[in-house]
Amino acid sequence: MKAISKPKPPASAADQPIRGHAVKGRSLWQEAMQRLIRNRAAMTGGIIILLLVLIALFADLIAPYSFEKQSLLNANAVPTWLTNVFPSLKPYAVISEEYPIGADKLGRDLFSRIVYGTRVSLAVAFIGPVISLIIGVLYGSISGFFGGRVDNLMMRVVDVLYAFPGLLFIILLMAFFRTTLAQPEEGTFAYYVGQLDAKFGGLLFIMIGIGLTGWETQARLTRGQVLSVREKEYIEAARAIGASNSRIMFQHILPNILGPLIVLETLAIPGYIYTEAFLSFIGLGVNPPTPSWGSMIAEGSRALRSYPNQALFPALALAITMFSFNFLGDGLRDALEPRLRGTQEK
Amino acid sequence: MTNYILRRLIYMLVVLFTVAGITFILMHAVPGGPFDKEKNLPPEIQAIKEKYYHLDDPLHVQFFSYLSLVTIPRLTSTPPTLNTNDDFLISVKLGNYWFKWMNFGPSITSRNRSVNDIFREQLPVSFQLGTLALLIALAIGMPLGIMSALNHNEWPDYLGMGVATFGVSMPTIVLGPLLVWLFGVVLQWLPPTGWGAKPPFMFGLFPNSLGWEYFKYAVLPAFVLGFGSSAVIARLTRASMLQVIREDYIRTARAKGLHERMVIMRHALKNALIPVVTVTGPLFAALVTGTFVTELVFGIPGLGRYFVTSISNRDFPVIMGTVLLYAVFLVLSNLIVDLIYGFLDPRIRYN
Repeated sequence: MKAISKPKPPASAADQPIRGHAVKGRSLWQEAMQRLIRNRAAMTGGIIILLLVLIALFADLIAPYSFEKQSLLNANAVPTWLTNVFPSLKPYAVISEEYPIGADKLGRDLFSRIVYGTRVSLAVAFIGPVISLIIGVLYGSISGFFGGRVDNLMMRVVDVLYAFPGLLFIILLMAFFRTTLAQPEEGTFAYYVGQLDAKFGGLLFIMIGIGLTGWETQARLTRGQVLSVREKEYIEAARAIGASNSRIMFQHILPNILGPLIVLETLAIPGYIYTEAFLSFIGLGVNPPTPSWGSMIAEGSRALRSYPNQALFPALALAITMFSFNFLGDGLRDALEPRLRGTQEK
Repeated sequence: MTNYILRRLIYMLVVLFTVAGITFILMHAVPGGPFDKEKNLPPEIQAIKEKYYHLDDPLHVQFFSYLSLVTIPRLTSTPPTLNTNDDFLISVKLGNYWFKWMNFGPSITSRNRSVNDIFREQLPVSFQLGTLALLIALAIGMPLGIMSALNHNEWPDYLGMGVATFGVSMPTIVLGPLLVWLFGVVLQWLPPTGWGAKPPFMFGLFPNSLGWEYFKYAVLPAFVLGFGSSAVIARLTRASMLQVIREDYIRTARAKGLHERMVIMRHALKNALIPVVTVTGPLFAALVTGTFVTELVFGIPGLGRYFVTSISNRDFPVIMGTVLLYAVFLVLSNLIVDLIYGFLDPRIRYN
């Protein structure tokens, strides 16, 4: 039933001559890729994510207006087709065909803002995992690799952080970043960080916050994986021929524990996207006028009764994005985790 | 066993102390104080106010006097007063003396309210919301997971896991406004905002009546909050059920001619639900502490709002109080689950 029971150590340069005449088999990654391509839901998710990336990259070309251009005469304007969908709008809404899905209360084009909002969500989706992965993998592998007292102490720290209510921690951190680095003196370190953050529209702090709160699970998983892999014969062999600690760690152990880490990280991405949206929702996220779906939903919810389109469209965008990442993550898990294999075979 | 519980309790105290320390440092590292407004107070008045709330003491003095007020019980002959500085969560009359414990201090920005007042009036609302959400999560998630596992790789499996993915992909800020609009504005079946129970609560936590008047407010927010977590439960139930039904003792049960329903209910389910029990603890804590998005969306007077506003107001005692309360919830529910876990699976030994 199982084609491959264990991931083989990938061929590093040193292994090549020994492998010489071995029958060329498909590597774990090739197999996983094939399984992933066969998974329709995951591929749909992947294609949507690809489209979102394109939208984010070419937002300037796609969006008909700038995200900050206000037109107070057209505040809360809606096009005719929307008044047919939401008949309650008819008596009072300003009709303007210029905006494909309407304008917000400052007369900014909703469609353009949603298009630009893709950038924020995707930046968090791609950079948040990198930060939490780096911290988590480093922490976990040091802990697992050295073992003993170091391991014990490092894992206790993670335990304590686990007991910290996550959302509260990130809210506290955001408040801290926002106010401490708001108006620092010129020339200080804080000043440059603040400038950098302003360039990103407030995103930098969000990513740091997400990275700082999201690494504990990665660290635990890495540690567990390292602990199980480091007893394997090929690690012993590597040690016997005198490989250094860092070589063993990065060349031999890390590639073999990458699968579960990628799966965990992909499945965590919707959570990161949601954290940003949630922070923007409560006003601790991106700086206005940078559009974020979360802050758009927050603004829209206040006018839910009179202009439902202002909350529903950004909510739809957020849901579609989270769906795609969830589908892709599920597909990756099925493809990469040998233990769960079999759920895909018919 | 007693030894184990004792050790866990000590460990809990260490965790709570660390949480209190980190929160205290972060909170005071943020510039500005509770009296910084657009219009500044005259410095003399600000000094008097800071003295009143002991904000002029050195930070470590503030920290340890706060901890001692919260943790050390005291026995005094003076009856409790209405002063917000003197509000103890537990205050019982013992003969001529008063036993007082857990003073979380006064709220600085909401005048005439102590942090304990906020706990008494707002925490039960969050607690009720979290409990209802957990019940909904279990009620949706477990049958979904069982159905998926028993029809592995057939359409009910795909349907069940589809619903689960739907659940995790529709967060509160998406599903909340959507349902408020649909049921509260368009159909007008349910009130869009508010909460159906007011203090005083039964036993300090539960609503006094459980009629439609209560549930019509609770249905939407509890569903929104619970639906996301039902996905976690469904996946976990499915995975553990799939594992269990391949075990030998299930084959034995079938071989001896037991009815399929009996095999599933008696033998499979009991073992398959152990992992589910282990997540309900953290999940419950996460639901109770994670209610504040739901509270914002549905305008529910729970604890979450106080936390968010207390940070921007620099209302130090409220920040400390809420974080600590949430942390207590988290560690306590973990402990309880670990104990239940050992009860369900006698192979687990506490050592």
